[in-house]
Amino acid sequence: MNKKKTAAQRSETRWAWLFVTPTLLGLIVLNFYPIFNTIYQSFCKTGDFGKGNKFVGLANYQAVLKASETWQSLWNTVKYALIEVPFGIIIALLLAVLLNKKIAGRSIYRTIFFLPMVCAPAAVAMVWKWLYNTQFGLLNNIFHTKISWISDPKIAWISIGVIGVWSIIGYNMVLFIGGLQEIPGDYYEAARIDGAGEIRQFFSITLPLLSPTTFFIVQTRIIGALTVFDLMFMVMDKTNVALKKVQSIVYLFYQYAFTNGNKGYGATLVVVLLVFIMIITVILQRAEKTLVYHN
Amino acid sequence: MTDSAEKNAVIKRVLTHVILLIVAFIMIVPFAWMILTALKTNQESISVNPFYIFPHNGWHWENFKTVWKSYNFVILYKNTILMIFFRVVCAVLTATMAGYALGRLNFRGKKLVVSLILIQMMVPGQIFIIPQYLMVSKLNMLNTTFGLVFPGLVTAFGTYLLKVGYEGLPKDLEEAASIDGCNIGQRFLRILMPLTKSSMVSLGIFTAVFAFKDLMWPMIVCTNASTTTLSAGLAKMQGQYGSEYPTMMAAATLAVLPMVIIYVIFQKQFVEGIATSGGKL
Repeated sequence: MNKKKTAAQRSETRWAWLFVTPTLLGLIVLNFYPIFNTIYQSFCKTGDFGKGNKFVGLANYQAVLKASETWQSLWNTVKYALIEVPFGIIIALLLAVLLNKKIAGRSIYRTIFFLPMVCAPAAVAMVWKWLYNTQFGLLNNIFHTKISWISDPKIAWISIGVIGVWSIIGYNMVLFIGGLQEIPGDYYEAARIDGAGEIRQFFSITLPLLSPTTFFIVQTRIIGALTVFDLMFMVMDKTNVALKKVQSIVYLFYQYAFTNGNKGYGATLVVVLLVFIMIITVILQRAEKTLVYHN
Repeated sequence: MTDSAEKNAVIKRVLTHVILLIVAFIMIVPFAWMILTALKTNQESISVNPFYIFPHNGWHWENFKTVWKSYNFVILYKNTILMIFFRVVCAVLTATMAGYALGRLNFRGKKLVVSLILIQMMVPGQIFIIPQYLMVSKLNMLNTTFGLVFPGLVTAFGTYLLKVGYEGLPKDLEEAASIDGCNIGQRFLRILMPLTKSSMVSLGIFTAVFAFKDLMWPMIVCTNASTTTLSAGLAKMQGQYGSEYPTMMAAATLAVLPMVIIYVIFQKQFVEGIATSGGKL
């Protein structure tokens, strides 16, 4: 009996490894070796024509941390996140609450709001760049303004943030609707009997019970916003005077690693980003315990 | 009393629709402007005084034909479809197998594999890119479909999604099957895998949409206009013909249209695949 069990167990282990091996190998080659290799490269100087790595110790880190453009890009990225995350979430929550009721055209609204999610950001950014065009753009011509939406350093970061919000509200909204549908209806029933109005219900039932969903969205969107690249790359021309005040840290990484061919410096930037994101993740995990309502 | 309550309900409903319509309008405007510009002549698109919202001298549908030919959209579509196809096949295949093992089987090392998957999901993807690029370059696979597919050969996210899917299936399925004399491979293929079809579809759609949206990777590994994808192709076009607005908008329309049409047809699966599966984790 005992022996038979071990034979069955052995067979189970064999099958399990057979099934897991492709994924495990892939993860090692495509993800885990690269993590260590990127860290290693951050201590190297890329040779001429991208050939040969010379170990240079902390030189890249000194250069990256000394460059004001690193800190500016990090700040640009944070500023982008400060627009995209809160506005993307608040608008999405409002829409989700409105669409969670029985109203006409519900699925049409959802289809429209979710539309940007299936569009290539490259195309979306091109269209917005055209909308923002100072001379010929729709916005300035409709409102009879002469605003340099994407070339005035003071407002370009907001304009980019608006594209981010526009792109993400449908996605956040769908997640919120999923969360709203899990709140039991009798909670609202009881509140209504107690005479609580809809606004009161929203703040004392919906918000606390929705907090796990909200927290999940906040967390994933912060990480997503901190790695923004496509919008900046497509909207901001290399000659745009506002570029320095808008370019994100991943944009800077792409420029150094692939346009300038300085892989070591690029690797260092991405390690800095990794550390930054790790710090944010730890803070968020701490905050989760106090902010999220656990039943 | 009931009269005013009814009145209130009507006001509320109207207000709801007003808000929703305003947002819907804002969501639609960029798409509408993209298509309207695509149908204008160059001259019309940069005319300010008068400013035309709708094409003034006829709707120039032929702009699409011109763009289609001059930018070789056939090749861009082909490259994009091949990349999506292989990425979806690889992701669904490897994730289903590993997801089954991690969700249903007991073996030593399982915890380690799961933690590797969770770590991969936590770190920003940009950290993989330089070494992945160097590998593709060393294999002499730059400007190939293999190069485009390479980072998507396996998927940590998908494996986790399928693992959760397999864990959700009832426990006695296996017992019944093992009484019937099925081995583990047969159990997987005949009984359990068909039950996770919805998770597999979700993962497939998720993989397809994000492969389609990706910009940086195709720009890095496929620098030739003839080997790259729609996203990266648009970036290239903008660099060269950025001021021919109708051309650029026609190109953008052609790039997003197929996915939008598929989305409108399979909305439910799309919304589930992209959003809900992400929300489950």
